[in-house]
Amino acid sequence: MTLLRHLIAAVVVAAIVAALSYRVGAYRDYQIAEVSAYVTAVAGLTVLIGLSGQISIGNGAFMAIGGYATALLLLHQHWPLAAVIAASTAAAAAAGGLVGVAAARLRGPYLAGATLLLAVAIPVSIADHWAGLFGGDQGLTVSVSTPAALAAEPTRYYAWLTTGVALISLVLLANLGRSRVGRSWRALRDDEVAAALSGLNVARLQVLAFVVSAASGGAGGALLAVVTGIASPGAYTLTLSVGLLVAAVVGGLGSLAGAVWGSLLYVFVPTYLSNVAASHGLNSGASSNIPIAVYGLVLVVVMLAFPSGIQGALRRLFGSVAPSAAVPLSSLRSLRRRRPASPHQPASPHQEESTL
Amino acid sequence: MAERAELVAEQLTAGYGSVNALDQVSVSVASGSITAVLGANGAGKTTLLRTISGMLRPRSGRVTLDGAALRRRPEDVARAGIAHVPEGQGVITELTVEENLRLGLLLRPPGQRAAALADAYQRFKALADRRRQLAAALSGGERQMLAIARALLTGPRVLLLDEPSLGLAPKIVAQVMALVRELRDEGMAVLLVEQNARGALSIADHGVVLNVGRVVADADAAALAADVSLRRHYLGF
Amino acid sequence: MQEFVEFTLLGVSSGLVYAAIALSLVLIWRGTRVLNFAQGAMAMLTTYVALEVINGTGSYWLGFVVALAAGLVLGAVLERGVVRPVMAKPPMNAVIVTIGLLILIEGIAGIIFGAQYRSFPAAYSVSGIKVGSFSLGISPDDVFVAAAVLAAAAVLWLIFQYTALGLRMRATAFNPGVARLLGVRVGRVLTVGWALAGLFGALAGVLVSPTTFVYPNSMDAIFVLGFTAAVIGGLDSPLGAVIGGLILGIALSYVGGYLSSDLVNLFGLAVLVLVLMLRPSGLLSRAAARRV
Repeated sequence: MTLLRHLIAAVVVAAIVAALSYRVGAYRDYQIAEVSAYVTAVAGLTVLIGLSGQISIGNGAFMAIGGYATALLLLHQHWPLAAVIAASTAAAAAAGGLVGVAAARLRGPYLAGATLLLAVAIPVSIADHWAGLFGGDQGLTVSVSTPAALAAEPTRYYAWLTTGVALISLVLLANLGRSRVGRSWRALRDDEVAAALSGLNVARLQVLAFVVSAASGGAGGALLAVVTGIASPGAYTLTLSVGLLVAAVVGGLGSLAGAVWGSLLYVFVPTYLSNVAASHGLNSGASSNIPIAVYGLVLVVVMLAFPSGIQGALRRLFGSVAPSAAVPLSSLRSLRRRRPASPHQPASPHQEESTL
Repeated sequence: MAERAELVAEQLTAGYGSVNALDQVSVSVASGSITAVLGANGAGKTTLLRTISGMLRPRSGRVTLDGAALRRRPEDVARAGIAHVPEGQGVITELTVEENLRLGLLLRPPGQRAAALADAYQRFKALADRRRQLAAALSGGERQMLAIARALLTGPRVLLLDEPSLGLAPKIVAQVMALVRELRDEGMAVLLVEQNARGALSIADHGVVLNVGRVVADADAAALAADVSLRRHYLGF
Repeated sequence: MQEFVEFTLLGVSSGLVYAAIALSLVLIWRGTRVLNFAQGAMAMLTTYVALEVINGTGSYWLGFVVALAAGLVLGAVLERGVVRPVMAKPPMNAVIVTIGLLILIEGIAGIIFGAQYRSFPAAYSVSGIKVGSFSLGISPDDVFVAAAVLAAAAVLWLIFQYTALGLRMRATAFNPGVARLLGVRVGRVLTVGWALAGLFGALAGVLVSPTTFVYPNSMDAIFVLGFTAAVIGGLDSPLGAVIGGLILGIALSYVGGYLSSDLVNLFGLAVLVLVLMLRPSGLLSRAAARRV
């Protein structure tokens, strides 16, 4: 019973995080909350890229939609928070559907280019238009009232809230990954022509993948807005979209556990790096570029040396002991090199078996 | 004329993914002779040539030319004097006939190129007439001639031909076979993969029959042609 | 009438800059089926190098030449060191790697050179040319920009059509498997392709930087426009890159001139979206849009 296994794992993790949040201070609670928000978004992206084989460097835009929807609903309506988050998720999902349909004919670099545009266009549009509604460059503030029981510890409330939503998303995505839809996605990813010939509706599956990843992004964006208290163009730049990509890649494309590793790194490493840089006397202009350079370096190095990311490395080290709630790894073909002396499959007709 | 050459493929095993298309196949050919590689579709004939020319890496076994092991990459195999004319001819349709030929010339020392090209146009008059046309405009038979001419321009001592008669009218097939026989008489070592077993055996000296990746017969061409039950089982005539 | 002439000529000049970037993208795409997202960032880096040389030696032309040489070297080094290893893996990996290179280079530039906008000298005067009292709208420097790109493109064409290297490059682009069977060292050809792409990118960088200033993100917008131009013309076609650049440059110039300069970016994005949705293989390309 896959669903039961996933639910049990989720409950265990929830208990651990809850216990942890009592022991650590407010700042760590805040970071836990951040991590969970990103996990929600990265999980959807890793499913999109790793399972359905479509690349997106624009998922920050979906986070923006979720964040701004949350801010607007909280400002102008009096809905309960759960409804607000659900509505923000739905709004982002709808946008994901539009993008998915528009991009359905695009592949590879064309798709990457189109999603890159999305990542760049959304924050610019928000900043420059309808300032009355969106608050222009300043953005909108987001204030959520903490329930009475936790009134003294708002950050702990955020940690619980975001972790709860993250776990729900992970369970849903894990089940989706194991379902017929998930198998269809993998078939599509591995050989689109064969998948189409066996009767799979390629376009519908691709759009669905975009909808799912956008929904996760929207939920993550809503959570992030609640935690940081603000939704502004500066929070959803291209760097965010690339950062989500880095987190998904480093963690291991297609792996939900990988989404967790990647998000942890994404939240904790830049601060660490900035501190190191500052302590070495680098001025703030230079040191603020260090995380960016590191993201780039990580993407390059991981793709060259560890294409299956952290989760892939763990799997190789520990075999099947690695968390089973994780969606199986994408079969990036380099993994097949483990079989002795077998030549690579050419990934495209343009490549030959013997290496250059 | 070139010095005597001998190409030996020993116990080659190769394949794609989890399947072995070749299983311990050995084949050899020497200057001035034609070895035909025969068998049905999927028998592994094309895989054999691709493994020899370096397009596919073997899982075991080796290929030697005059006793020395061949380097693995196709460009090195070509430079060692083995020319592979792939299935479907491999004519580059976006280039002109002359540009295709000049591509072959690149392996010759610059001083010899003009003469070699002139010789090629002598031998292949149809190509001379169409030298400025895009290769896409050529008929199937002309493309086959272009592919062979181009391969010859690289100055090889061994020629690997993959199904040169595929898709061609009988009259053209006869011309191609006659050409291959001429080349053999001039001293070329030819490894000829063919589904058209009858045509191939009519010019070959030696024959190897493959079935599902394994060698099932390895004998003189005349002996193979005379073996009626073998012909019926594996060769279709 | 005067406005029309002005906008058209300006469009030609700026369009040729987009064409230069488009040409780099096409050079790389034809040989390796990789879209080099880092092309703009590479051009930015070589422009910084040129700036250092110019400020250090006082000579514009020395900086110009050094930038082009740096472009050649950078392209070759990246191909050999980073791109070659990833070519054996699924195409998705190459997309991610070039994106990684893009932000790595921008991050490094930020660390070494800082984020402030720096000015870059123009080769020639930037004041408008007048024929009698008729203003052409473009300056001698704009003419130089157009002439430089056209000259470089012409040299590239000559190389392709009349040299052995060019033949090898074209054969590799059309059918690398067959090229190998004919003894072409495909690996080296691809390195040369990347080096030439780096040169064209560097050229675009130094030509456009007097207008855009130099800072880590300065080539982002130009890259997007160059990518758009390449897509319009077809990623397989060098001629398409030049034509696509001209079409885009002139169209944007009319939009900015006759409508409003605010709309230029939006229009550019709209064009890209439209082309991607309607005919991603471009106007002049033979092949269909490749898939991952």
